Formats: sequence, C-alpha cells, structure tokens
Amino acid sequence: MANESAVFFSRLLTEFTLTFHIIYATIGVGIPLMIMIAQWLGIKKNDEHYILLARRLARGYVITVAVGVVTGTAFGLQLSLLWPNFMEVAGNVIALPLFMETFAFFFEAIFLGIYLYTWDRFENQKKHFLLLIPVAIGSSISAVFITMVNAFMNSPQGFDIVDGELTNVQPILAMLTPAMPTKVGHVLVTAYMTAAFILAAIAAFKMLKGSKHIYHKKSLFLFMKLGLVFSIATAIIGDFSAKYLTEYQPEKLAAAEWHFETEKGVDLVLFGVLDEGTQEINYEIRIPKFLSFLAKSDFNGEVTGLNDFPKDETPPLYIHYLFDFMVSVGMLMIVLSLVYVWGKIKGWGFIHKKWFSWLIVAGGPLTFLAIEAGWWLAEVGRQPWILVKYMKVSEAATTSDHVGLMAALFGVLYIILGIGSVIILRRMFKNNPVEKELEERHNEDGEHK
Amino acid sequence: MNIEILGISVLWIFLFGYILVGSIDFGAGFFNAHGIMTGKQHILSKVIQRYLSPVWEVTNVFFVFFFVGIIGFFPKTAVYFGQPMLIPGSIILILLCIRGSYYAFESYSSRGHKGYASIYGITGLLMPAALSIVLTISEGGFVNIVEGQPLLDYKALFTSPLTWSVVLLSMSACLYISATFLTWYANKAQDFAARNLLRKYALIWAVPLVISVIGITVELKSHNLEHYNRMLDLWYVWAVSALMFAGTIYFLIKQTKFGLAMGLVIGQFILAFFAYGISHYPYLMYPHLTIYDSFTNQTMAITLVVTFILGLFLLVPAMWLILKLFVFNNDYAKGKEDHHA
Repeated sequence: MANESAVFFSRLLTEFTLTFHIIYATIGVGIPLMIMIAQWLGIKKNDEHYILLARRLARGYVITVAVGVVTGTAFGLQLSLLWPNFMEVAGNVIALPLFMETFAFFFEAIFLGIYLYTWDRFENQKKHFLLLIPVAIGSSISAVFITMVNAFMNSPQGFDIVDGELTNVQPILAMLTPAMPTKVGHVLVTAYMTAAFILAAIAAFKMLKGSKHIYHKKSLFLFMKLGLVFSIATAIIGDFSAKYLTEYQPEKLAAAEWHFETEKGVDLVLFGVLDEGTQEINYEIRIPKFLSFLAKSDFNGEVTGLNDFPKDETPPLYIHYLFDFMVSVGMLMIVLSLVYVWGKIKGWGFIHKKWFSWLIVAGGPLTFLAIEAGWWLAEVGRQPWILVKYMKVSEAATTSDHVGLMAALFGVLYIILGIGSVIILRRMFKNNPVEKELEERHNEDGEHK
Repeated sequence: MNIEILGISVLWIFLFGYILVGSIDFGAGFFNAHGIMTGKQHILSKVIQRYLSPVWEVTNVFFVFFFVGIIGFFPKTAVYFGQPMLIPGSIILILLCIRGSYYAFESYSSRGHKGYASIYGITGLLMPAALSIVLTISEGGFVNIVEGQPLLDYKALFTSPLTWSVVLLSMSACLYISATFLTWYANKAQDFAARNLLRKYALIWAVPLVISVIGITVELKSHNLEHYNRMLDLWYVWAVSALMFAGTIYFLIKQTKFGLAMGLVIGQFILAFFAYGISHYPYLMYPHLTIYDSFTNQTMAITLVVTFILGLFLLVPAMWLILKLFVFNNDYAKGKEDHHA
C-alpha cells in the first residue's frame, strides 16, 4: 500500500526542512545565552562595549529568529502532512512535550518582543537584563522538549501495543526515555558551542578586515572562552552518547564505526574508505581497542557487530563519514580554543597572526557543518525505523501524490530565505559598524549633558 | 461536560485567539502595503509598525498552539486532515514562511522597502483565504475515503460556491477586524489622519462581510442540511451577534467610542465563532470523523488539560505585560518612546 515515491519525497522534504531549520534553531538556542552573558558582563564591569555587544547581537538575532520561527512552524505542520500515521501515535503518546514546547516558545516570543522594544526604557539596566532570562530559558527549554520527542523516536517507551491497539499510555515515561538525557544534553551544549564559535569567527573576521577596535578583541576573547567550555562539555556528553548507543541502539553505533563482527577489544576506526561488498576498510587510522573502551569503558569489552542484525534493520554505512566529520571538527575546535585562551593568558604572539585568525574564522562555518553532520548521523542512523522497533518510515508516510512537487517548492523557498537572511544581516552590520554606533552613542550622551 | 467537549473547547478558544490576533496582523500588513502603493504610507505606516513590531512573533505562536493541540487531543486528525491537506497545507506554510521572514527583513533592516512590504501585504490577504479552506473541508463532501485513505477532491472543492463564500468571508472579516482595531489604536495614539482613513476601510469591508454571511447561509442549506438546521437552533446567538455588528457600524459612523466599537467586534465574532463551532458538533469532519472517535486516551487527555492550566499561569501574566507595555501604553502608542534594539 505504501506509495514509494511519496515515501522518498516525504523523507527528502523533511530533510530539506530540518537541515535548513537546524541552522536557525541552533542560533536560536545559543545566541540568547550569549546576549545574556554579554549584557551581564556589561552591567557588572560597567563596560559599554559589552552592552553594545548585547544590543548588536539582539538586533541580528531578530532576523535569524524570524526564519527559525517560520521554518519551525512549517516543520511542525509538515509532520502531520507528511507523516500522518506517525503523528497519530505521537498524538496518543508523545503529545505532552510537543504541547509544552509551544508554551516555552510562547514565553520566549513574548519576552523577546519586550526585550527588543525596551532598550533604554528602564533607568536600571538590571531590570532590562531580567527580561533576557525568560528569553534564554524559553529558547533552551523548547529545545529540550522537542529533543525529547526525537529521543522518544529513538527509544520509544511509555505505551503497549496489544492487538495493534495502543494501551497503557504513560506520557511522563514517554518523555523520560533512555535516549533523552544524552540527546538533550548534546543538543543544548552544541548549540551554545556553535553560537560561541560563530560569534568568535565574526570578531576574528572583523579584525582581519582591519578593524583595530578593542570591542572586537573583547568579543573574540569572550567567545573563545565560552566556546572552549562548551566544546569540552560537548565531548564529554558525546562520550555518554556512545555508551547509550552500545546499550540501546547497537546497530547505529556499529554502522557508524564500520564494526561488522561481534568481538572483544575492538579498534576504533577513523576515516578510511569502505568496500561494502567485502566489508574491507582501506586507508583508515586504527586506534587499538579504543571502541571497546568508548562503548564499555573497558579495553577488552565486547561490542556487537553489524552482521548480528537482520539486514533490513540496519542503517546505511555512509553514516561513518558523518560521524568522523562531526568528531574531527569537535576535537579541532577544542584544540583551537584551548590554544587561543591559553596563549592569551601566557601572551603567545602567534595567536594574533593572520593564519591563526583565519583558522578561527573557518571554525564558525565548520561547527555549523558539524551540527548538520551530527543530525544526519542521528537521523539516518535509525533507518529504517521512524519509531525504533515499532514503526518503519515507509508505514508512516503520507500516500498522497504531489509530495515531489511540494519538496521542490519548499527547496526553492529555503534557498530564497537563506540568501535573503544573509543579505539582510550583512547589510545590517556593514552599514552600521561598531565605531559608528559608539560615536553616535557618545554624541547623544553629550547632548544630554 | 465530558473531557472531549473540554478538549475541543480549549482548541476552539486557541483558534479564536489566532483568528483575532491573526486578522489584525494580516489586515495590518495589507493596509501597510496598500498605503505604500497608493502613496498614503506616511499616514498609516507609523501606527501599524508601532503595534506590529513587538507582537508579530506572538501571533504565530497561536497558530502553532492550535495545530499542536489538535494533534494532542484528537490524534486521528493527523490522518483525516493531514493526508488530504498536503497541497493546501503546504501553500499555507510557504505563505507563512515568506510572510514572517519578510516582515523581519523589512522592519528590522530595510524599513519602507516596497518589495518586502508588498510581499508581506499580499501574503497577508492570501493567508486567511488559504486557512479558511480547512473550514470548508470540515463541512464534508470534499474528502473521499479511497482504499481506506482520505483523499481531497480538488475539483469539487474549487467549483463549490460554498468554498468561495467562505474565502470571501474570511478575507473581508479579517480586513474589517483589523481596520476597526487599528482605528481604535490610532485614536489612542491621537493619530487622527490614520484613524479617519482606517475608519473608512472598516466601513468599506463591512459590506462584503454581510454579503458573504448571507451567501454561506444559503450555500450551507443545500450542502449540509444537518449543520444548517443546528445553526438555526441557535438563531438567538446569531441575532445578538448581528446586533453587535450594527452597534460597531453605528459608532464608526458617529466617530465616537472606538473602544466600545472594538469590544463589540470581539463580541460579535466570539458569538458567531462559537455558534458555528457548537452547531458543528459532534463532527470534526462531516461525516467521517467525530470528536468521540478521534479522541486521545484518557491519561493523555488529563495530562494535557493539567499542562494547559499550568501553562496559563505562565502565559496570562506575560500576555498582560506585553499588552500593558505596548498596546495599552499611551506613550508608546503615540511614539514618545522608541527604544528598540
């Protein structure tokens, strides 16, 4: 009964929407925290540069939040349009976090509106700062709730199926799945990390382009410090994720690691090229026994191989490349930010050299690509399931024709929105550089006095 | 009252919330674009922007609230509405994406950009038209069950006079609500030029509103007699609603008591909307889906209701704060303070 082209295009359209939405959603979760920290530093140190940083961030944030909100809304409704059978189950079992997410979103939307339109309205800047707390909490909590839904898809629980009927539904249990803690933790810290590194990249870029202003130096140092903290947290939670996978979704781990035979003391395979027919790996780097250690915290632990699973229940093997890319970027960013922060304290000269600055500039987009790679890995890694062990993707999709046409339309839409938002953001900051804005503020102050 | 009725009532309130704030938003976008086209921008843009800027994001949330809520309380709607609505739903989403983004592009970066403002205005007029299709479909007769799968009959839908009456009603109601609200807002801001122009728009759009209501009544009688008869049972509610409408028109013509006029508009639409909803009972989609056969399990229903009540403790004070700061704040409305980031 499943309409194969409808399944294919439903998957494609969902991938388009999420891939595009994730860029803005990650910014949406990460930036409010950065604005909050900047404004707090500004108040505490009585330093107008940090206040200005918060204000400029907030202004740019509006553009990204607009695109994030509309694409998020699109995705929310697309779930029912493209995956009606999944949403029927979701409505019965996992509606609670979906519902709570809209509350968090509402809360954030209201306070963001107030925050943006009350600059300088309060005598006491601390009052204005207080408005940011619900914005930051709202955006992070909505990520928490929506990630809970995704975690449920990976390790469904909180219901029973008796003769094809759903019974014994426990909404709270469905939220607190085994996949939930690592997923939620990883999503949050990577969003903060990405926001920090993209802002560091912008500051480094401004300095490379010749701006000598102390504002950019302060901004760069602040965001490299924050990036360091969050990238280390990312690595730690990433390690917990590997242990979760070993326990609950071993086929995802095995496919990501190209680990075929169940054995003890398994090597970790980095990079390489696979010959799928013979299961032979070439040009790889092997770290002896390290996969066993990652999965089981024991160099001689036994890890289940891919050949122990039914062939029609294993994900595609290309997810290994996604995994490698994600981890490599993560490691690179830890090293890069560590060297920068340490070098800044010790007064090393080379961190101010052009080539090092270019590395920081490259770090911003690379972190974004790592976010995408991570999501593709997580999502493709549970193929062929939409609800692991319960419902396959092909059973969940719409049977309507015309999904292909819709995928094309949305593809065009996302390209237009993507280009539009970049143009607007560039124009916004190019026409109003920091130097100009600071000068205007001083002139205004002069008039008052 | 059983929990199914409670569930659908909560959702109906969300939907009304969206229709109210959405109409103001859609209409404001349209009037703004119209102003730019006809060179009346200097009169209108200021008052419209002052209202829209802090609340544009909130409008969107009401919509998300509704469709997430309906999946929660009535999961079968995902199948019965999701599947047939693929194309109309996608069009709504594309309009919504363009609209939301271009609003931010225009108002936060290139204020007064003609292209962005017109896109925002045109999509504002198309949105209610596209959304109202869902109401038409729920009247039955347009979705057929083929091999157990609901499919939309586009030819029947687009050749039905009922569809076009509903489209006309949604568009004119939207512009009428919006113009009345903005008349009141401009009056508060003591922007009399804007007030007079908007008052004229409100009176103009009242005409197609009345025509389409008569049209729908006629169409519904031949399309869905059961619904029509249930609507007649509630004649007294419709009568009060019509009186309120007459009251608004009276105050608009007399140019007095704009606040009361706005209150009457809200009252008129609340009554009409709930009378329509009650007469639709018990069907979500006639005759395939009732609120009883699509309802979620009891545990989830109770959890959602509890969450909803707790959520209100968060939202009501927050909504009150934003209204107090921007809509009911005379200094802000007049433009004395403009402290945007």
